[in-house]
Amino acid sequence: MPSTKPMLNGLVAAVAAVGLAGSITVAQQAPPAPAPPPARFVVVLDAAHGGDDPGGKLSGGEAEKSLTLALSVRLRSLLAARGIQVVTTRESDSTLDLDRRAEIANRARAQACLSLHASESGSGIHLFVSSLPPAQPGRVAAWKTAQAASVTRSLALAGTLNSALLHAGISVTLARANLPAVDSMTCPAVAVELAPESAHSSGSSQPTPEPLDDPAYQARVAEALAAALLEWRTEVHQP
Amino acid sequence: MIPRYQTILFSVLLAASAVMGVVLWQLRDRAHQRLLSNQDSAPTQAPQVAQAEQATLLVANDADSSLLTQVQSLPLSQDPGARARAILGKLLDLYAAPGAAHPVPGGANSIAQVFLMPAPNLESPSASPANPSDPTSPQLAVVNLTGSFAAAHPSGLETETLTLLSICGTLHANLPRVAQVRFLVDGQSRPTLAGHADLTRTYLTAAAPSEAARP
Repeated sequence: MPSTKPMLNGLVAAVAAVGLAGSITVAQQAPPAPAPPPARFVVVLDAAHGGDDPGGKLSGGEAEKSLTLALSVRLRSLLAARGIQVVTTRESDSTLDLDRRAEIANRARAQACLSLHASESGSGIHLFVSSLPPAQPGRVAAWKTAQAASVTRSLALAGTLNSALLHAGISVTLARANLPAVDSMTCPAVAVELAPESAHSSGSSQPTPEPLDDPAYQARVAEALAAALLEWRTEVHQP
Repeated sequence: MIPRYQTILFSVLLAASAVMGVVLWQLRDRAHQRLLSNQDSAPTQAPQVAQAEQATLLVANDADSSLLTQVQSLPLSQDPGARARAILGKLLDLYAAPGAAHPVPGGANSIAQVFLMPAPNLESPSASPANPSDPTSPQLAVVNLTGSFAAAHPSGLETETLTLLSICGTLHANLPRVAQVRFLVDGQSRPTLAGHADLTRTYLTAAAPSEAARP
């Protein structure tokens, strides 16, 4: 309880003042209790695949593991610049199994977890929330269904991401699926899959393809995700 | 210098080997003729051609992550397992066709087998499974995919999930007793289809179409 000590100090000061002067007006002159420190807000970024697991093969021969790591690094920088504490599951091309990823996320006690993927199929951004049925948080959670207690908040997080991405002009698909790594996470968690986008440029009726390896497209997505997480921080801290 | 008796012995053995070879060849020919004479190769029964029936397919679309209902007419066996395999084969043929909305190579041959069995009680695994003689009891379908299909499947959360959900939804639409689906690849359990979609879990068919709901 970080706010307990300042409140107790204020109370002691007030009691001492009442004892000395015996008047409530003196109590009002006691120094106000300092504002409680802002609650901790942590985001976990999980760049999928890595090391021995290259993931899907993208156009141009790039492996999915490289693109997810690049997106994770870019997003971490944007969030850090906005004062958000970020925990990443990997910072290099290292092998990490699904249980280890969930362990890192659960230890961080994060308010948002994003599992980053990429695919040549479909278009825009695909947001996936665990298909586990919502459950009440209990004292003990089964490892493979730990996400059940957070599914409702995960759906809310997906809604916030959806709004920010649409606001940035990126098409979004929302769906639910069995996600082995995400299903073991206790934080609000969403799997974000990046796919090529067909954007309509101004003055042209023909869509302009934005391939996955386009740095401008990746930057646009990262900016939108960072804006969404800022918005999510405000929602989480609302009483 | 080779002794005379050795030359004679060698010649006798060589002649005996040649005679035995000829005798064995004739015996083989006789046995072959005997087998052919016992085998009646004349067709006595016309091949069975199943009646064409309507099948409902839930066809995936990558563009909007949806499952669209499509009715196809195709010959179907009365055996539920063969029926399920034929319907799923048609579904995968659509995905393998040029210009498919959910392109996946492989086609009908990607379904090795479909086994139907009484569905276990997922709520309490120790409970006995549904009574197989009850015509309304729920069934578990085990879909055995070929390794070549899994190897060639495009990698991605959306595309892999859509393939599995369309298979589950198609099975339930045509065999309403199928309530649960499990997947094998070459007869073995496998963590994921192509790196993303979970194959270790039992899929509930009732939830399949709604899971790919559009925003």
